[in-house]
Amino acid sequence: MNWAIEVKDLTKKFGDFVAVDHITFSVKKGEIFGFLGANGAGKTTAMKMLIGISIPTSGTATVAGFDLNRYPDKIKQNIGYMSQKFSLYEDLTVVENIKFYGGIYGLSRKEIAEKSNKLIEKLQLQDVSKSLVNSLPLGWKQKLSFSIAMIHEPSIIFLDEPTGGVDPITRRQFWELIYEASEQGTTVFVTTHYMDEAEYCERVSIMVDGKIAALDTPEQLKLKFNSNTMDDVFYQLARGAKRSDN
Amino acid sequence: MRTIIFLLEKEFAQIFRNSAILRIIFVMPIIQLIMLPLAADYEVKSINCGIIDHDHSPYSRKLIAQIEASTYFKLVDYEQNITGAMTNFEKDKSDIILEIPAHFERDLIKEEKSNLLIVVNAVNGVKGNLGAAYISGIIRTFNQNIRMDWMNFPKMSPVPEIKIAPIPWYNKLMSYKNFMVPGILVILVTMVGSFLSSLNIVHEKEAGTIEQINVTPIKKHHFILGKLIPFWILGIVVLAIGLLISYIIYGIFPVGNIFLLFSFAAVYLVGTLGLGLLVSNFADTQQQAMFFSFLLMMVFILLGGLYTPIESMPDWAIMITKFNPAAYFIEVIRMIVLKGSGLKDILPHFFAISCFAVVFNVLAIWSYKKQV
Amino acid sequence: MKQFIIFVRKEFFHIFRDPKTLIIIIGLPIIQILTFGFALTNEVKNSKIAVLNPTIDETTTKIIDRLNASRFFEVQESIKNPKELDAAFKSGKIRMAVVFQNNFQESLQHSKKADIQLVADASDPNIATIVMNYASSIISDVQNELNPNFSIPYQINIATRLFYNPQQIGAYSFVPGIMAMVLLLISTMMTSLAIVREKELGSMELLLASPMKPLVLILSKVIPYMLISLFNWLIIVILSVWLMDVPIKGSFALLFFVSLVFIIAALALGLFISSITDSQQVAMMISLMGMLLPTLILSGFMFPIENMPIPLQVMSNIVPSKWYYTIVKDIMIKGLGIKAIWKETFVLIGMTLFFITISLKKFKLRIS
Repeated sequence: MNWAIEVKDLTKKFGDFVAVDHITFSVKKGEIFGFLGANGAGKTTAMKMLIGISIPTSGTATVAGFDLNRYPDKIKQNIGYMSQKFSLYEDLTVVENIKFYGGIYGLSRKEIAEKSNKLIEKLQLQDVSKSLVNSLPLGWKQKLSFSIAMIHEPSIIFLDEPTGGVDPITRRQFWELIYEASEQGTTVFVTTHYMDEAEYCERVSIMVDGKIAALDTPEQLKLKFNSNTMDDVFYQLARGAKRSDN
Repeated sequence: MRTIIFLLEKEFAQIFRNSAILRIIFVMPIIQLIMLPLAADYEVKSINCGIIDHDHSPYSRKLIAQIEASTYFKLVDYEQNITGAMTNFEKDKSDIILEIPAHFERDLIKEEKSNLLIVVNAVNGVKGNLGAAYISGIIRTFNQNIRMDWMNFPKMSPVPEIKIAPIPWYNKLMSYKNFMVPGILVILVTMVGSFLSSLNIVHEKEAGTIEQINVTPIKKHHFILGKLIPFWILGIVVLAIGLLISYIIYGIFPVGNIFLLFSFAAVYLVGTLGLGLLVSNFADTQQQAMFFSFLLMMVFILLGGLYTPIESMPDWAIMITKFNPAAYFIEVIRMIVLKGSGLKDILPHFFAISCFAVVFNVLAIWSYKKQV
Repeated sequence: MKQFIIFVRKEFFHIFRDPKTLIIIIGLPIIQILTFGFALTNEVKNSKIAVLNPTIDETTTKIIDRLNASRFFEVQESIKNPKELDAAFKSGKIRMAVVFQNNFQESLQHSKKADIQLVADASDPNIATIVMNYASSIISDVQNELNPNFSIPYQINIATRLFYNPQQIGAYSFVPGIMAMVLLLISTMMTSLAIVREKELGSMELLLASPMKPLVLILSKVIPYMLISLFNWLIIVILSVWLMDVPIKGSFALLFFVSLVFIIAALALGLFISSITDSQQVAMMISLMGMLLPTLILSGFMFPIENMPIPLQVMSNIVPSKWYYTIVKDIMIKGLGIKAIWKETFVLIGMTLFFITISLKKFKLRIS
């Protein structure tokens, strides 16, 4: 199987409102896949379905080899997730956060200790490892969040707007982590609305009004839409959108 | 199973770091146990009594002296007429007025009967009732003595007399604090069990960490257990601290089996925790959780027989109290602490709160959705 | 001015978009009124009692029947053996046991006296006293009837009249307390939470940076809660008067005015709380511990202040609701006018000014 994620006609309705409208796409193993769209286009809703916290209204998906409708729990064992709010416990220390999530994903205490040391060293958090997370600067929190989401070595990692609110250099550093993970074979599914980050992805899909309006490599998309930047591609697609920032 | 241990480690780390919660858990029992019983002193003392004496006879003066001598009453004024006395009434300076009519003594001796008027300020119902009761008692005794003076009793008593002896059991000193303090302990435990626990979970909801948890493979019931166990432990600890404080400050030591008390508390806590969880499943913000828990607590406490007896309530209210877990615990804690009731006596209560524990928790787990 | 209205509207939107809180705020006073008004009473009735009567005879039967017939008592069971008394009390089945001596009637007729013991469960000492008292008077009545030919000489008859609350309805003293509590909850707690929430979310800075004067900003936050408080207050008044016949013997206008003053005091208190913390949780805890609990305990509506130890009595003077409670009681139930309440009203106004001044000062500090 070469596909990490296979989605077919996935739909989510809230009453009459169709947030996600029969989307179909697939993500290759080890790929860095950008899931783009304007605010309100439905990308967060779609992602929530894929990570198993929102039940699809209709459609199917296979994530990490498991059927979404039948085995959401097995999926959760094999994926990692980093939410918009970074979801670390602000009132726990760095070490305590690592220990907690490691334990939740079934790692032994020995494994947790090992990984914890490695992680702290890699991110150079030695001085703050016993500090509360809420004392860390935003960029560090993001990197820590990502690393913790990877602690159980999942085959896919889902990132929901992971780099909000930091400067471009910090963002760049974050993407180093993503590259590293991808090189090691982890599939990366990332949503963002920074269009320059779209360039870092291998393939990109753009959602408009709940549907996938385009899916291809950044280069191909730029060619297709006669643009120099992903920004412009996006603008052309999203311009005609009926749903925009509300 | 291991996951629960990790969850517990996290919860305790958070709780001990949260000074607000810590302050509540330790300071609250102290404040409530010290302030409340001091304030909630329904023990009536110094009822302010206004006297209007139209007679100014030896008998009227004797009666007044006896009232003055009683520890229950404080004579606040001697008015000339009822209007003056009523003014004091309005200002809440007096709670009760005794009017002795003119010719009181003369009528009593000559016609062998006389009348007295008591006017009670019934705005505060308890004081009114008790005040009237006490003063009636004093008047009756006074009456008896007069009768004896005039009738050479012991030898020839034409009137058969029923001697009534009131005998208090279990709280022989009739201390109102003995009654209140155990009840307050129930409030404390309930607060930890439902109020704090629901706030805690909603706090996670607001912070977004619950979403993260829902993505992990943690099973629903593990997560819930991980949330409930710390507060269960805290509830028991608070009960223990409370009992200790009650003993040190008020000398209250349970007559019955302490272990039985804790067993009951253990099951009760499971129930209230379930309720707290249920509330948190439906609240989106901490403010909602707080207001709703507050509302629940008020109803539980007020309709739980803490201050006013359940049997005095109208039937529909009594029916409601059957569904109030706190009512059972309030009754049980008083039974065990003051009377030494045993397992046999509280079986029906045990059964009731076990049902609550099951129902609330089932509802809570069922309504907690990892998926939307 | 227009900006002001916009901000007030925004605040109202916030409030109405949170239907769950709204329901609770409106529901709370209603539930409390129903509870206090109808369910809670210090009156004693239907007390379950047991009878221990070794010799069944005419007199004892008469006494027992009379006790049972009264609305105060319900004879639950007949005990044969004094040893069973303890068990009956322990199981919570009875509140009092009436214990007749052996051969009661015989003793009464021949020895001219007979003993009855009223053994009461003194766990609740006040109820025990009242219950024993009622039983005593019923038994005394029976005794008087037994001796129709002997009118007891030298009898002092006591007539008792109850003022202000002749039917002993609990509602009269509780309703003012509920008013105080609910107004505090809404005006103080919700206002402080609303302001602190903006601080937590960071939007406070935004508002401060706007061209609106800070005073106007604060007013815009406060007005919606004042209106909601007034609305709630009206509900309480309507419910009390209509459902529970609580009178408004005094002037309604005066009552309204005084309540307005109290609401403003509560709002000022809310402002004060919001000026000393940035966290919602802390604001909540302060409101609860520092304000609601003292109101419940020290305002005088549940427990008589004069019974409290002096330090607590002194403390109760700092609690705004204590003053309000006195005023409302005086107006509603005693029908008194300004002359009687002007002192308390001044205290309230003074407290309001105090809170507002401190809040403003802290606020200015923040801006600078």
